[in-house]
Amino acid sequence: MTIGEGLSGGARRKLLAVLGCLSIVFVSGCSRSASSGGLTVAGSTSIQPFCDRWAEIYMKKNTSCVVNVQGGGSSAGIQAARSGAADIGMSSRPLKPEEKDLLEIEVARDGLAVIVHPRNPVESLTLEEIRAVFDGSVRNWSLLGGRRGAIHIVTREEGSGTRGAFQELVMKEARIYRGAIVQDSNGTVREIVAGDPNAVGYISLGLVDDSVKALRLNGVEATEETIENHEYPLVRPFLFVASDEPRGRARDFIDFILSPEGQEIIQREGLLPARKRGS
Amino acid sequence: MTGIDRKENFIRAVLLLAAFSAVSVLAVITVFIFAEGTPVMFRRGVGRFLFGLNWFPGEGRFGLLPMIVGSLEVTLGALIIGVPFALACAIILTEFSSPRLRNILKPVIELLAGIPSVVYGFIGVVVLVPFIRETFGGPGFSVLAASIVLGIMILPTVISISIDALQALPPSYREGALAMGATRWQTVRMVLLPSARSGIVASVILGMGRAVGETMAVIMIAGNAAAVPRTPLEPVRTLTSNIALEMSYASGEHREALFATGVILFVIIMVLNTLANVSSSRRARRKKG
Repeated sequence: MTIGEGLSGGARRKLLAVLGCLSIVFVSGCSRSASSGGLTVAGSTSIQPFCDRWAEIYMKKNTSCVVNVQGGGSSAGIQAARSGAADIGMSSRPLKPEEKDLLEIEVARDGLAVIVHPRNPVESLTLEEIRAVFDGSVRNWSLLGGRRGAIHIVTREEGSGTRGAFQELVMKEARIYRGAIVQDSNGTVREIVAGDPNAVGYISLGLVDDSVKALRLNGVEATEETIENHEYPLVRPFLFVASDEPRGRARDFIDFILSPEGQEIIQREGLLPARKRGS
Repeated sequence: MTGIDRKENFIRAVLLLAAFSAVSVLAVITVFIFAEGTPVMFRRGVGRFLFGLNWFPGEGRFGLLPMIVGSLEVTLGALIIGVPFALACAIILTEFSSPRLRNILKPVIELLAGIPSVVYGFIGVVVLVPFIRETFGGPGFSVLAASIVLGIMILPTVISISIDALQALPPSYREGALAMGATRWQTVRMVLLPSARSGIVASVILGMGRAVGETMAVIMIAGNAAAVPRTPLEPVRTLTSNIALEMSYASGEHREALFATGVILFVIIMVLNTLANVSSSRRARRKKG
């Protein structure tokens, strides 16, 4: 006996529709595992756009391999690398001591830029001044030689790699002012600073464009040169993390990234090349 | 047993299974949130979670009070802004407009509910936030901006349920009041609104639930500072945005604390829904009597 025999046409169609829905639920449940043939890289949203570029060019050369780049943040990336949910994790902050059991490979370096609105007359601040702005002890631009106006601090959310790096490099022990506006990506921080003449924020140096102005630090502009000779101190590593020595596709992808060609790609996008590995 | 009976039973079983799977999903979510969220609350002290002012997950300090206050403030603001408009709209559409106008306007209002919240947020960022910054000062990302956008977002819920409540009133109420010489406005104010009160209250509570639960639009325009705002022009973070903002990076106890945020949100929304149910069942009982 077939299902639906003896039912009217309408009821039969409805029954089929219900069964169809059920089968879609079951099928979509399995389809995830079908795509496991590729390489999954997950983590820092700061590295993600650059990794997308690498993956794009790498896949053009190796058409057989699918590199799947996902965001999620540095901590999630490290976790994913440990649990095996991703082949490679991306971290835009140095590993914490308890994470040191993982293998880390520096794939690039990135400067951090403190940005303001292009019309803001303030050009240069010291590290101490930046800290005082971000911990809320200096609240008005007039104290820093700017026009009168309350400073609107824009920061990243707790746990973000960019925030972690900023905390470590600039704030040290001080806390970021808790009345600060919190945004969850470099792009939205830049967007807000570009629109608000009184805003100040920090983003990846590679993402600074004409819509905002990067402040000089002690008068030193952030360039490749000043970072290379340690005059501009706000630099963080971009790391690939894996639970053990990468093999096969993962090894191949990392080799591509560290090759002169791979490094040139990100230099064109505004990042700094990785330091040469000792080993 | 005939073949038809067997098929009936089969279909009944399939439908029962589907119905139970929906309920069990809810049960699983509830159990999961509480299992993940409550241990850290008890470990750190429920009082410190509920009344702590400091949200510094990196240092193991999880005071949720700024977010609880933030959610309530933004919701209250949304009600203050949204409810008068919604009620006015519902009254106009049921009592003062021709059926033709109603047939055009009601679907349009319901369409408002179908706009994705990210679109509201985007319009808020592009139009409302700069407007507030230039007109009232402050960063623009504020309680006020979030309240205005949420006030607009709850309109369809409050309007359509209020319309239902007003239309469900027996025509004799309206006719009796008018026959006794009341003007239409007097009829609305003295007879119809009081009689439909429980339905209108239910619509407001459902709108409230929508405002408390909204996430995307609020993240985009509220500024998300984890501090109790002193003025409506300061940034604010709600419970939902607290979860969504930090979820992707959180691990360990921080992650549990976000689930604890979910527990508190869950409790708030349960209370609101129960209130809505109680007030609408009271209405049903009164109608019967």
